[in-house]
Amino acid sequence: MSANTIAVPELPVSRPFTLRLHEWVTTVDHKRLGILYILFALVFLIVGGIEATIMRLQLVRPHNDLVSPEVFNRMFTMHGTTMIFFVAMPMVFGFANYLVPLMIGARDMAFPRLNAFSFWMSALGGIFLYFSFLGGDGLYGAGSAPDVGWFAYAPLTAKTFSVGHSTDYWTLSLLSSGIGSIGTAINIIATILCMRCPGMTLGKMPLLVWLNLVMAGMVILAVSPLSAAQIMLLIDRYLGAHFFDTQAGGSAVIWMHFFWIFGHPEVYVLVLPAFAFASEIIPVFSRKAIFGYPVMVLATIAIGFIGMSVWAHHMFTIGMSAGANTFFVLSTMAIAVPTGIKIFNWVATMWGGKLRFDAPMLFCVGFLFQFLVAGLTGVTLAVAPLDWQLGNSYYVVAHFHYVIVGGILFCIFGAFYYWFPKTSGKMYNETLARLHFWLFFIGFHLTFDFMHVPGVLGMPRRIYTYEPGRGWDIWNLIVTVGVVFQAAGVLVFVFNLVWSYLRGQAAGNDPWDAWTLEWSTSSPPPMYNYGVIPTVRSRRPLWDLKHPEDPDWRYE
Amino acid sequence: MSTLSVNLPAVNVDWRLPSRGRVGMYCLIAAEAAIFTIFVVAYLFYIGKSAIGPTPKDVLHAPIFYSVCLLSSSLTVHAAVRRLVAGNMAAFARFWLLTILLGGVFLFGTAREWAHLISQDGLTINTNLFGTTYYSLVGLHASHVTIGLLAMITVALFYFGQRLQREHAERLEILSLYWHFVDAVWVVVFLVVYVIGV
Repeated sequence: MSANTIAVPELPVSRPFTLRLHEWVTTVDHKRLGILYILFALVFLIVGGIEATIMRLQLVRPHNDLVSPEVFNRMFTMHGTTMIFFVAMPMVFGFANYLVPLMIGARDMAFPRLNAFSFWMSALGGIFLYFSFLGGDGLYGAGSAPDVGWFAYAPLTAKTFSVGHSTDYWTLSLLSSGIGSIGTAINIIATILCMRCPGMTLGKMPLLVWLNLVMAGMVILAVSPLSAAQIMLLIDRYLGAHFFDTQAGGSAVIWMHFFWIFGHPEVYVLVLPAFAFASEIIPVFSRKAIFGYPVMVLATIAIGFIGMSVWAHHMFTIGMSAGANTFFVLSTMAIAVPTGIKIFNWVATMWGGKLRFDAPMLFCVGFLFQFLVAGLTGVTLAVAPLDWQLGNSYYVVAHFHYVIVGGILFCIFGAFYYWFPKTSGKMYNETLARLHFWLFFIGFHLTFDFMHVPGVLGMPRRIYTYEPGRGWDIWNLIVTVGVVFQAAGVLVFVFNLVWSYLRGQAAGNDPWDAWTLEWSTSSPPPMYNYGVIPTVRSRRPLWDLKHPEDPDWRYE
Repeated sequence: MSTLSVNLPAVNVDWRLPSRGRVGMYCLIAAEAAIFTIFVVAYLFYIGKSAIGPTPKDVLHAPIFYSVCLLSSSLTVHAAVRRLVAGNMAAFARFWLLTILLGGVFLFGTAREWAHLISQDGLTINTNLFGTTYYSLVGLHASHVTIGLLAMITVALFYFGQRLQREHAERLEILSLYWHFVDAVWVVVFLVVYVIGV
């Protein structure tokens, strides 16, 4: 123990369960809230995964009748809504909550109580959504869970076409989680701008912090329009207004615009934190500082700006004017430039490095290649005439799952393994982690590589069954087989987390020989994070500490 | 518990960071501005698209007096915070209560306008697209005025309970940022509803 470390008495270890539960429910500590966010997301990841599995089993062969068309509609609606709003978003916020204050040398977020409020609003949203299975029938005895699709196009959501309360639960759920998201985004920005430790200028922040700053800015500008649109939908459904009521002159297309003004920036909201994980993990496992830090920051900001102006590429097929089509084709293609810069920088970071292929790095390398492919199919879909052919087909479904699973989820898995020793104080089992990687990798490619094919062959998304002999059968079978591997991979992952938490070896403060501040405190970090608020002089404060003869600040 | 403490040579910089309250409020204002933008876009998009009457031309009269009240409350709230910074509590209270009064008068104006529209002109939120967008946009703004008033009344209660001190000036300044935003939004709403829309 060094001189300026303060030992604080620990709470008694064996406290009654109710007391510990009370501590977790009433907590305002950023680390506990981060863990709550992540556990919440993991539970919904399993639920959303089960819904996907039901859909894939239904589509495994033509004329299958595992579930009814009505149930199939509910499954794709719930799967999409759950995965975006109650898996991806809370996962991203959970990691941001846990890591940002630690990485900037702060003791908590800027507004700890707002933080707790935001988490519980998101949790309420999840409860709303799943309560619909019980309460969605309403007075009409019609409904059950929402079945309008995750983007809920008008006029499907009108009272006439959506009787019962299922759509009400859907919209309340998104409004509630939206308020939580905006609250957390405000908190992240205020934390990053106002709570940095001495010496950490904006140019010395870890890239993860930069990326989360831009992510939070995008949440503020993108989730607010979604919340506004949900308020309009609620006014339509409860007060008989006509925002999206085509019978009274309302417009179904304006809902599409309002939804996708949220919907596309949302992709970047989710992918920027994934980039953030890769930007921390790849340098550490290449034993090199990140290549082109300023360019990475600029590319992130460019993605933030351009990402706000590409939304209508989701709407090529509804028939916009030639001018609008051209604008959104060009803006969508333009975003490939900063994204490409990032991919080159990650590769350049690895180039000539002493690569260590532990599980976090494996997942990040998988991410690099898969995200590249996802970006390339994205460019094909940005071409409006090709989109007219492929829009609303399984090609689109394959493309965005390639982004979200192959890109974002792979990075999230990598982040789990990378920071698990910090969060739990235990080391995960590397063999199981590798098994998880290979199972999931094989499953991912079986499912989503081959899913492009039926899309090109004309299979539309969201159909509950199909005729035999259209050339789709074998591809659907392969796609469903891939699900088995993915599910097995996730089971190994969950088992590894639980088992390592209970039985794992102590990890120590800095198992990866890493360079950012969170590795300087104990694992798990104490409630107050740092006994003495650190002072930094470079982007890699722990490198400076470990190599006093050759510190980074000489070169930055 | 062992902590590898980061003990680097002290950095000789004047380490000052922005106030988190201010940054938080600016972010909230950005989020609110995005919400209002969507409602304003909906209003503009639906101008003249109502299937049946009444139309804005028939029934709307620009509430000039009430608008002047609301906009001048930005000046009084600013004056109130200046007085608090200077430590002049009595003058602070006068300006603060005047701000609440002006905001209250504005809300009263909205209430009168709505009562007239509903009972005399038969315009409700489900009459036509004009009613839908008008009540939503003006109502969204009025709900923000109400929240601002509630916050300011809370401050007034603290004042009367002798709890308000000079050191709270920064918090009130942050609250006044919100109030300025609400007033600025009214300029946009006024322009859209009573100038462009008729």
